[in-house]
Amino acid sequence: MTGLQLPAGAPGARILGFGSYRPRRRVTNDELAETMDTNDEWIQARVGIAERRWAEPDETLLEMSVAAGGKALAASGLDASELDLVLLASASLPRPIPGLAPEIAHKLGAQRPGAFDVNAGCAGWCYALSAAADAIRSGSARNALVIGGERLTDYTDLTDRSTAVIFADGAGAAVLGPSDTPGVGPVVWGSDGDQAEAIAIPQGEAAMSMAGQAVYRWATTRLTATLLTAMDLAGVGPDDIDVFAPHQANLRIIELMAKRLELPARTVIARDVVRSGNTSSASVPLALSALLESGEARSGDVALLLGYGAGLTFAGQVVILP
Amino acid sequence: MSEPANADIQTGLAEILEEVAGVAPADATPEKSFTEDLDVDSLSMVEIATAVEDKFGVAIPDDELANIKTVGDAMDYIQKNRA
Repeated sequence: MTGLQLPAGAPGARILGFGSYRPRRRVTNDELAETMDTNDEWIQARVGIAERRWAEPDETLLEMSVAAGGKALAASGLDASELDLVLLASASLPRPIPGLAPEIAHKLGAQRPGAFDVNAGCAGWCYALSAAADAIRSGSARNALVIGGERLTDYTDLTDRSTAVIFADGAGAAVLGPSDTPGVGPVVWGSDGDQAEAIAIPQGEAAMSMAGQAVYRWATTRLTATLLTAMDLAGVGPDDIDVFAPHQANLRIIELMAKRLELPARTVIARDVVRSGNTSSASVPLALSALLESGEARSGDVALLLGYGAGLTFAGQVVILP
Repeated sequence: MSEPANADIQTGLAEILEEVAGVAPADATPEKSFTEDLDVDSLSMVEIATAVEDKFGVAIPDDELANIKTVGDAMDYIQKNRA
């Protein structure tokens, strides 16, 4: 035998709809200042966060992911039974075994789809988006749901002012389907594993720690090239970008990246970090959902995405918004 | 009278400080503490280190950056490590 049969696949994949879930509890900087040595001015100057959402006990990772996934399905016009791949990007699972994607798929009413979790830190959703688009293009799946969900507060010392002011909870999701005209561009992904300790839960500890300066330096110096290559591979340039939605880690990083890319003044820049904090792999779909809901971003817009974080990992791609 | 050997370093550093942190060039004098006198925070220090590398070709790793407290410290570091 010289080779095996392969499915026909699709010319491309595109995003059909977004959905999100924001936890009920809004936590302002002033509230944090009551319990730790910090203040609104300090937090806004360093990370640009004004408030964030912290999940309450009933807002589990499962429930938030199902809620965001259900909304994305409704926006896509597809039924859960039409999904044959469900991915959850998360770095804050309640337990290591089993993975959560199969249960999310079941709760949504999907019919035994392929389902697995992706842990690529804050880059997870962009990694999973690419994996799903490639699965559709190759014929391994026809329709896919890609969720980014986090309960980072479960792994944050809420009395540690260096991390408690930053990390937060939420879920965002997108449904993808096949398309004759590609709506998810090629991914530029990679990792710098020599900096594995920069964002980590240290051995024997319960909460995350982050080498803030090292991560800031990495994000502001190493990732501009990733974004430029992602645009180049998709056949677009900075002038074509309607929406720039990088991972919502720190407003200063977002502004610096936008400046270095020399995006046109009309480009809408996602600044969801201001009201959502850093929600790791949920941040890009949460930001895009918010921009589509507010009308700042519109169907057909060309959006430049970038995830980056623990690993260290990064993934960037250009997509067309549904 | 010739200028001191590090005059270009002070000028270049002052330009970086103005660009990154909005510090008036006249305030960027050697005795000034970045955090105490010039209101430069830890993340802006990273941006200054990046800009110093671009302008002078001198890399300042994070552990060295922690020892640089004043404008003069930065000038000395650049002078010592410049090719």
